[in-house]
Amino acid sequence: MRVSLFATCLGDQFYADACADAVRLLRHLGAEVDVPAGQTCCGQPAYNAGRRVDAQAMARHTSKVLDGSDYVVLPSGSCAGMIRCFYPELLVGDGARAHALAQRTFELSQFVVEVLGVQRLGDGLSGSTVGYHHSCHALRELGVREAPLELLAGCGAAVVDWPAAEECCGFGGLFSAKLPEVSAAMADRKLDTLPEVDFVTSTDGGCLMQLSGRAGKRGRGPVFRHLASALWQGVQGGVRA
Amino acid sequence: MSGHGTPNRYRQQATHTIRDEPYVRESVLSGTDRANDHRNHAYAEIDADRWRDWGRDAKTHTLTNLDRYLEEAERNLEANGVRVHWAETAADALTVLRGIVREHDVRSVVKAKSMLTEELGVNEHLERLNVRVRETDLGEYIVQIMGEPPSHIVAPVMHLSLDDCRQIFQQVLGTPRHGTPEELVAAARKALRQEFLAADLGISGGNFLVAETGTVALIENEGNIRLSTSLPRVHVAFVGIEKLIPRFEDLAGFIQLTARAATGQPIGNYVSFIQGPKKDDEVDGPEEVHVVLVDNGRTTLLADEAAWEALRCVRCGACLNICPVYRQTGGHAYGWTYSGPIGAIIAPGILGLEEALPLPFASSLCGACADVCPVRIPIPELLLHWRERAVEEGLTPLTERVGLEAYTRAATHPLLFRAGGTLLRRTPWQLGGTALPILKGWTQERTTPEPSPKSFQALWKEGIE
Repeated sequence: MRVSLFATCLGDQFYADACADAVRLLRHLGAEVDVPAGQTCCGQPAYNAGRRVDAQAMARHTSKVLDGSDYVVLPSGSCAGMIRCFYPELLVGDGARAHALAQRTFELSQFVVEVLGVQRLGDGLSGSTVGYHHSCHALRELGVREAPLELLAGCGAAVVDWPAAEECCGFGGLFSAKLPEVSAAMADRKLDTLPEVDFVTSTDGGCLMQLSGRAGKRGRGPVFRHLASALWQGVQGGVRA
Repeated sequence: MSGHGTPNRYRQQATHTIRDEPYVRESVLSGTDRANDHRNHAYAEIDADRWRDWGRDAKTHTLTNLDRYLEEAERNLEANGVRVHWAETAADALTVLRGIVREHDVRSVVKAKSMLTEELGVNEHLERLNVRVRETDLGEYIVQIMGEPPSHIVAPVMHLSLDDCRQIFQQVLGTPRHGTPEELVAAARKALRQEFLAADLGISGGNFLVAETGTVALIENEGNIRLSTSLPRVHVAFVGIEKLIPRFEDLAGFIQLTARAATGQPIGNYVSFIQGPKKDDEVDGPEEVHVVLVDNGRTTLLADEAAWEALRCVRCGACLNICPVYRQTGGHAYGWTYSGPIGAIIAPGILGLEEALPLPFASSLCGACADVCPVRIPIPELLLHWRERAVEEGLTPLTERVGLEAYTRAATHPLLFRAGGTLLRRTPWQLGGTALPILKGWTQERTTPEPSPKSFQALWKEGIE
């Protein structure tokens, strides 16, 4: 099976190790991974800022870069949601291509569970307590709620009950910089309700950057780790039959 | 935050609440948590998905045929003996009110809770006419005493704690400093009873207006709406033209959808159906009933193909309760009558887009509001629509325009994009922060994120083991 990894702009620059772990995980599960050259940004920052024309340009570029792939996998629920939910209406003149791309695009944990049908990766997270933050777009645009939880539990992690687990972290792309005070209060609400854990993880680098950045500013907080890296650690602890 | 700001100053107002009034955030978080629990329970008791589909379709049908239903409503209201007025603007609505006040030599007014009258500025207008006006909903009564507007569509004192209310009641009504909620309510009831008996005019809004029967329907819990609309000799109901529903039996669905979404109740403690003035053989009721049908920007929204769905709103407040942005500040930060997600998508129609900014941007687009809306308004899509309109009309900041255009150029030219990544890795953010407000906004509240030592694409080229 051939899988094209779209690292996303944020993943490429800030979560390079997590993207590499995603490659390792997918290869481990038997996929032949390629990273299509020329990939940049899905266009979401412009789309959410109301700059439709700019978003269209980036969507056109990205859909061309991803032409010819069998599956497209992203270490991000938000960018996967952008391609799956909004490309078809953005690329009006090229509907067939956009629709086909949307159909074969997945967030990493969603791909592992829904397409590969794998739930047990290993026991490398045995004894770990984990806080799982639901990225809004993974949860509400892709409907990804159980897949990451199943995979984490399948690696032996105990995912703790976090009252604000499904609340927005306050990232929201440009929102975090345009209304930083409100955005930070949203992150505070997440951090204030977080139980004691070994690490916090999520499908999305944007959310992790927001939460870890805020925790750092407050001077305390847990370890944050991208889901791709957490799952790869889960594998390395030994594979179960 | 006294709540007398403007939408344009949203960021400053929100920051003030978060930094200087942390107790407001605490009250709002706990109040909305409770409301969300109640709604979840109440939705779980029914086939909520189907009812919400029904609510969406019934409202859409009505709005699509609004002219016809408005004419039908007017005919049936008049047949019931109601005097019908049409108000295109807030000023028109207030002119109608002034006429009624003069005609009946009105000195004092009791008001039932109504967001539309907040929108129109009814209280201020009455005060200018030297008319004494008393809010009779307990929450509205409290904010009126404090000289504040309500901070939530359904729960006007969402921003206050019980102890805040104790202090206010102690000062105004002389209740014990640590009085129980029951003691406070009893004191308010006693004070308000005098006002009901003395009032010349009762003013209400309307949750629904039934075209088929000319009925104004009002949902409440305290009984103050029943009294405000039946004790004074004249009753005026201000009703937004989007509140129309076709048939009397539609009320059964809409009352329960609204009550479940708003407070988690299957139905309000009191539901009043206003069917005209007192008849000859009736003991209670006003001698004269007026219904003022208010447009005030609603037809502007209706005509906008991408924005009209906001008019389905039944004002339940569920989108405020679930909104993580609203929950940090409460409603006063938004600087106008309707706060939260729904406020941000009707503000451009009622106030004009420029006056409404940046409210459509005051959202992380998390989508939680769309999950709970009882009439399935696609709120995130509508927020995006208004953002796109703001861009088209050149109303967004220049730095954002220039920045995103440059970003787009780079993102469609991979070489340029990679060069940008290298630059990012080599430039300290603190330095960039002084040049780019966007970075400054980030670093003000968070530590500077560390770019990976090498980009993923560089790692990929080197080979990943």
